[in-house]
Amino acid sequence: MRPIATTRAATGTETGKLAVWWVLASEVVIFGGLLASYVMFRLGHPEWADAAAVTNTTIGAFNTFVLLSSSLTAVLAHQAAERGDGRKAAMYLYCTIGGAAIFLGVKTYEWWYEISHGYTITSNGFWAFYYTAAGLHAFHVIAGAVIMAFVARDAAKGLELHRVELIGIYWHFVDIVWIFLFPLLYIAK
Amino acid sequence: MVEPAVDLAHGEAHDDHAHHGPQGWLKYLWSTDHKVIAMQYMFTGMFMALVGGFMAYVFRMQLAFPGINVPGFGGVSPGEYNALVTNHGTIMIFWVAMPVLLAAFGNYLIPLMIGADDMVFPKINRLSFQVFFVSTIVILASLFVEGGGFAGAWTAYPPLSADSTYNLTPLGSTLWVIGVGLEFVAFLLGGINFITTLMNSRAPGMRAFDVPIVVWMIVVASILFMLSVGPLLAGAIMLIFDQTIGTGFFNPATGGDPILWQHLFWFFGHPEVYVVLLPAMGVVVEIITTFARKKLFAYRTVIFTIVATGVLSFFVWAHHQFIAGIDPRMANIFTITTLLISVPIAELCFIYIATLYGGSIRLTTPMLWALAFVAEFLIGGVTGIFLGAAGADVYFHDTYFVLAHFHYTFFPIAIIGTFAAFTYWFPKMFGKMMDERLGKIHFWGTIIPFNLIFIPLFVLGMGGQHRRIYNYDQFPDIAGGIFQDMRELATYSLLVMLAFQFVFFYNCFKTARSGPKAPKNPWKANSLEWTTESPPPHGNWHPLRMPVVYRGPYEYSVPDREDDYWPQNDPDGAPLQVVDDDDS
Amino acid sequence: MNAFFEFFRVDYFDPLIEVASSYAADIDGLIWLVLLLVGFWFLLAQGVFFWFILKYRAEPGRRADYIDGKNKRHKRWITVPHLLVLVCDVLIIVVSFNVWYKIKMDLPDNPDGVIRVIGQQWAWTFQHPGADRELDTPDDIFTVDELHVENNRVYHFELQSTDVLHSFSVPVWRIKQDAIPGRTITGWFQPTRTGEFDVQCAEICGFGHGVMAARVMIEDEATHAAWVAANTPATAAAAAPVPAAMPATQVAASPAAGPASAPNGHGGH
Repeated sequence: MRPIATTRAATGTETGKLAVWWVLASEVVIFGGLLASYVMFRLGHPEWADAAAVTNTTIGAFNTFVLLSSSLTAVLAHQAAERGDGRKAAMYLYCTIGGAAIFLGVKTYEWWYEISHGYTITSNGFWAFYYTAAGLHAFHVIAGAVIMAFVARDAAKGLELHRVELIGIYWHFVDIVWIFLFPLLYIAK
Repeated sequence: MVEPAVDLAHGEAHDDHAHHGPQGWLKYLWSTDHKVIAMQYMFTGMFMALVGGFMAYVFRMQLAFPGINVPGFGGVSPGEYNALVTNHGTIMIFWVAMPVLLAAFGNYLIPLMIGADDMVFPKINRLSFQVFFVSTIVILASLFVEGGGFAGAWTAYPPLSADSTYNLTPLGSTLWVIGVGLEFVAFLLGGINFITTLMNSRAPGMRAFDVPIVVWMIVVASILFMLSVGPLLAGAIMLIFDQTIGTGFFNPATGGDPILWQHLFWFFGHPEVYVVLLPAMGVVVEIITTFARKKLFAYRTVIFTIVATGVLSFFVWAHHQFIAGIDPRMANIFTITTLLISVPIAELCFIYIATLYGGSIRLTTPMLWALAFVAEFLIGGVTGIFLGAAGADVYFHDTYFVLAHFHYTFFPIAIIGTFAAFTYWFPKMFGKMMDERLGKIHFWGTIIPFNLIFIPLFVLGMGGQHRRIYNYDQFPDIAGGIFQDMRELATYSLLVMLAFQFVFFYNCFKTARSGPKAPKNPWKANSLEWTTESPPPHGNWHPLRMPVVYRGPYEYSVPDREDDYWPQNDPDGAPLQVVDDDDS
Repeated sequence: MNAFFEFFRVDYFDPLIEVASSYAADIDGLIWLVLLLVGFWFLLAQGVFFWFILKYRAEPGRRADYIDGKNKRHKRWITVPHLLVLVCDVLIIVVSFNVWYKIKMDLPDNPDGVIRVIGQQWAWTFQHPGADRELDTPDDIFTVDELHVENNRVYHFELQSTDVLHSFSVPVWRIKQDAIPGRTITGWFQPTRTGEFDVQCAEICGFGHGVMAARVMIEDEATHAAWVAANTPATAAAAAPVPAAMPATQVAASPAAGPASAPNGHGGH
């Protein structure tokens, strides 16, 4: 039995959705604090551009494309869930998870390449921020993908379809964080 | 921070553990009932208050009688002294003020006061306490690891906190950061619950401005916490990396900047003051309206005032850093914002005083605590003006004046506010009436020594005595004379105050054994928690008799009514209306 | 305008803490001003508060008033005081700006001497300019935990740290400034009273923070000249000074290496 509290919606918005937005609000300030610190440092250290030049913009752009595409499938999953088509929603969610897997695979290759060339997290301030920010983002990708797997499993059985939208909102956030990270870490040289 | 997303989305069913869950004490460990979780938070917080109080006892003894063999502890080395003051601060703020005022009373009061049967996400609520419990174990363990507990002050300024060759506590400092980080995660989980529960689960008929102020305050505090803690969490990640794998975020030798941590810390640290202050101020509103039998003066102004305070509190953080090497022009800006924030807080105090006007005041124990909060907090508030003015802060920064100032804010918040709330809601929570005479003895035995502890510290601060120094014999100007007298007075007063706490525990113990049974509404108050049994059953009300709200919570002494109170759910005299109750 | 700010200079706190620098009276005056203003509000608020508590105690047969505080006539009792509080705030801000500007933003030209103050775990090293009043010359005098200055002279100080944050605080001068590793922070002071006073470290700096005490000797012209003469290193004539007074600490960087020793970038402030 659910608490009566959970069934109420005085604002007219579903409680789960409200909660996801508040989670995102608290996440925004976490990434905001990290990126603001990075930007302040970067402005004070023009020499970091030399380190940034090592990053591979092409691979970064590819990953951006992968992540954006996975957001698209998350939207399609939401549409399918709205129509009540749980199987299709689950299928699209698995596509999104696939996108996450590709993203993480590419990321692993990048890091392996950079670390094997001596650019580790302790090399200098740029690399410290590079690995910390991208690592924190990757952690969110992994967590989002795991949660999405559970949502997809239920959705395939036609259960809890409203969660498809909630995980989608979260996924768009992960995507948007990357949209900030990519220019800051890769393009700005 | 990610896992909640799924659990939130679940909108978890709340299992009827009374029948299906584990039995015995495990039932309490795994309960999702908001009242049980509130108790867990409260007793953990009170235990930690004893730990923090013991630390205060040890270092106050060392300060008054340098080199003494402190009974129950032994000699205090400089390193131990630093660890004691560091963890006293950390524990009293993060493991006492926050869990008791915000988490315990937030959990207990929000569903009861808005007429809901539980939080909207009971399992996340349980997870919140479990994470908090782990964080408690981590912070306590950090005191006993090799090298001792973290000893770099609760503000943990790098490079001292970032490099164990400087702080000499490699394990203690890392565990400290992990403990504090976990504690933040616990309160983020709890905060999401508080905010969404208030937004969505109010009883039918309860509009935003029918919500009791204490609930408003707790929710605004939770929002402040959520929006301010992020940068510090990011900073905590950087600090742990600096400590363990040798990055140089805060190390000038590798292009880092120690001042960055101070910004991240105080961007959170200042709103944090209001995170713990607001719930206490809310508790005071409930108590003074009840015992003065008065409607709250200007309800809406109170709401706008706390929102203004909350917004302003994000723009004052650098007043902690006036002399830390920031751009001196920045100090001017932050002087302005800091003095401006005195305006809404002063306004709140005026409103409390105005509420007493024309009242019919009964000085019960909770009322004494609530009035003491206002009187003592005023001292904390006005002394803040000295520190907010950058010109005067050049002198006062890091002296005992600062210390006395924030103890005059945090003590009313964490101790006076808690005792006010505890004695006021005790009949509801435990179904017994506390002994008034013992309660008053405990009150005076706490309040008088409290002032005698901290007023001398204002004098010491004015005389130029700095904080976090284990033995003032090193400083001839302040080693003896009036300075030594003041230090001894403060220590003796602390001993008296600690001794009087036994009266409180005896009162609790006696009440639990032989106290008279509490009626539903012993104080004749209006808000919804007084309309159910004491203590409330699981689910708070019968599922088919959930309360419906017809008016605000402060309708005391309404003219032309026989009773001088008017419960929020009393349909009598309510305008005829169709209540849109699609919940039952 | 100067007369306006001059009005706020007081030395009322002298019995508790000596007024021993040119701007100590400014700070004391600001503190006094704040004390008067907030003291007024504090006493007023507490007075009304306790008066209400006494006057409106519950009595049988009397019912409390019903005042919702919504109408203007009642609200005036809140809005008017809070506007007055705002006025007081503005006055405090103006005076505080002046004091802050004088101490932290304004740097008097042509000082009579420059002193380098170096914090390290857990001692203060003071590099005095010596007879030529210039730093980084062979006649510089290095001392540990002992600062010698001449009364009524304007000094600049260059504050540095070799390890963690420290804070250079001389209560009788009312001056306090954090020392940050990797930076040199410049400030000034002008002693106005001879004597021997405490120097404290005001920022926790590790195990020995409590023993990081120093003394400042404010001397008249003759005494100071005698001290300088007696302590000028014998090697003053040599090209490279050997700071014999340097303490043995675990910190590698030698503070004697001059301004360039500010490790790794971030010079200045």
